[in-house]
Amino acid sequence: MHPAFSVIFLTTLIGAAQGLFLALFTAQSYAAFKLLPQPDAHAFYGQGSFLALLLLVAGLAASFFHLGRPERAWRSAAMWRTSWLSREVIVLPAFMGVVFLYGLAHWFDWHPVLMTLPGGLPVDPTAMLGVAGTLLAFALFVCTAMIYACLKFLREWHSPLTVANYILLGGASGFTLAAAFASQTAPELVSFLAGWAAIITLLGLVSRGASLYRNARLKPKSTLQTAIGIKHPRIVQKTQGFMGGSFNTREFFHRQPVAVLRGVKWFFIVAGFPVPLLLLVFGMQGATGMLAAAFIVQYAGLLAERWFFFAQANHPQNLYYQCIA
Amino acid sequence: MTQLALVIDLNVCVGCQACVTSCKEWNTSGSAGPMGDQNPYGADPTGTFFNRVQTFEVGEFPNTETVHFPKSCLHCEDPPCVPVCPTGASYKRKEDGIVLVNYDKCIGCKYCSWACPYGARELDEQQKVMKKCTLCVDRIYDMTMAEEDRKPSCVKACPTSARLFGDVHDPDSAVSIAIRESGGYPLMPEWGTHPANHYLPRRKTRIKIHEDELERADNPLKVDRQLPKPAMSEPTLDDVTTW
Repeated sequence: MHPAFSVIFLTTLIGAAQGLFLALFTAQSYAAFKLLPQPDAHAFYGQGSFLALLLLVAGLAASFFHLGRPERAWRSAAMWRTSWLSREVIVLPAFMGVVFLYGLAHWFDWHPVLMTLPGGLPVDPTAMLGVAGTLLAFALFVCTAMIYACLKFLREWHSPLTVANYILLGGASGFTLAAAFASQTAPELVSFLAGWAAIITLLGLVSRGASLYRNARLKPKSTLQTAIGIKHPRIVQKTQGFMGGSFNTREFFHRQPVAVLRGVKWFFIVAGFPVPLLLLVFGMQGATGMLAAAFIVQYAGLLAERWFFFAQANHPQNLYYQCIA
Repeated sequence: MTQLALVIDLNVCVGCQACVTSCKEWNTSGSAGPMGDQNPYGADPTGTFFNRVQTFEVGEFPNTETVHFPKSCLHCEDPPCVPVCPTGASYKRKEDGIVLVNYDKCIGCKYCSWACPYGARELDEQQKVMKKCTLCVDRIYDMTMAEEDRKPSCVKACPTSARLFGDVHDPDSAVSIAIRESGGYPLMPEWGTHPANHYLPRRKTRIKIHEDELERADNPLKVDRQLPKPAMSEPTLDDVTTW
């Protein structure tokens, strides 16, 4: 497939935002159970939520560049019964709304006790919003990933590993960002967040590695024989029917030499996982520079990862467009 | 239930591209708006087409066959492009099974084109919406046209009658008979899309002439003559009498 930068930025930015929100609420939950010190809620949760919201808005803005008719984008919420894209279009603004309210509640220190859990733990609006946001964050990961994973003939995508990768890679970058952010606003949480970021990055490496391993061994189900229905071992296309380009020759191929593909792959493997892992470990004591570098390097790696994700998918329609004349 | 479709006979398609140009001509002049071309006279022309004719060479020289392969939307019975559409612009008509795009609802997200394994959909660069073969829905129901013209434009244009049009759910229609009796097959059956359009395979045309067909079978007198049989070159009763 042809990697579109609008979609690459959309998926990586909202992935990081979802991860960041999950990191904020994980920290809040641990703190509620007295497993972590209580940070400055105003700065860490409040500003952190607005940072997440900023990333979500940036991602949403990027997505509009993918549309031919962005002014009609509102229509895309209609077919949520069948379309994962439609579901994403509904879940994304819902998640943005919850993140906004969560940030607002923390910003204004709005903590009326709504109910008390059996252990005597008070539940305030931020906890309720946090739970709702967590559910929506995971729903959004699933929707985004299923847009790709549900296309069964794009076999590089049609795997549960796609969903796992979206969750783990988004989570990793979000937790790394949370660690870097905490080094300025809540230093007492840095080692906790950096630790989880390292663990999720490691899990992401395993799951992305598994999908790379799987995709390298895929045998195409569609061949020129099934594409035109002639059962002969040797079929060669002599012309695709036109000399100039068409949508079919532009949209479904990355048009890069194999060396570029291989280069991008190794860049994302190195920049997405081991380098940020090292920086996280070194920055665990609260070095903002290290942690910020970890996020920047990892985000660059994930941009490359998403580019490669699209470029690697081989659409069966390419069988019909192998030779100009 | 009706399912209108094309049946394309690869045995007689000569790759003349008449269906390509006729499709473009009809559909670019239609009420749905033009099928835009960009840079048509420049070095790198491009544009929207609903129908293409491609050419494949099958076999190894000198035992090769050139197969011309017309390719358009197959109007799948289970179209994977329809459920993925977020706006409902892509839909399959219940009454005749034609898969259409509502150009006024399409947001141009291209997701349906990703979901079509055949590459049958093209984004129109001018209107920025997804377009595809409509099976000339604006022709086939147009009562102001003569009945023989109420067929897709490509079918009308084909000089070798390689394109048949009809209801593949009606077992007595010409298309169903052609599929049944000439080995019609769908493309990429492995994805379960159940394309309505079918293709008829190449067929070897051979005539088997039996020896008795070379003799005048309508001449019992000669057959019944006493042995030895007269030579083939000798005159028969047909040749010497006028009955």
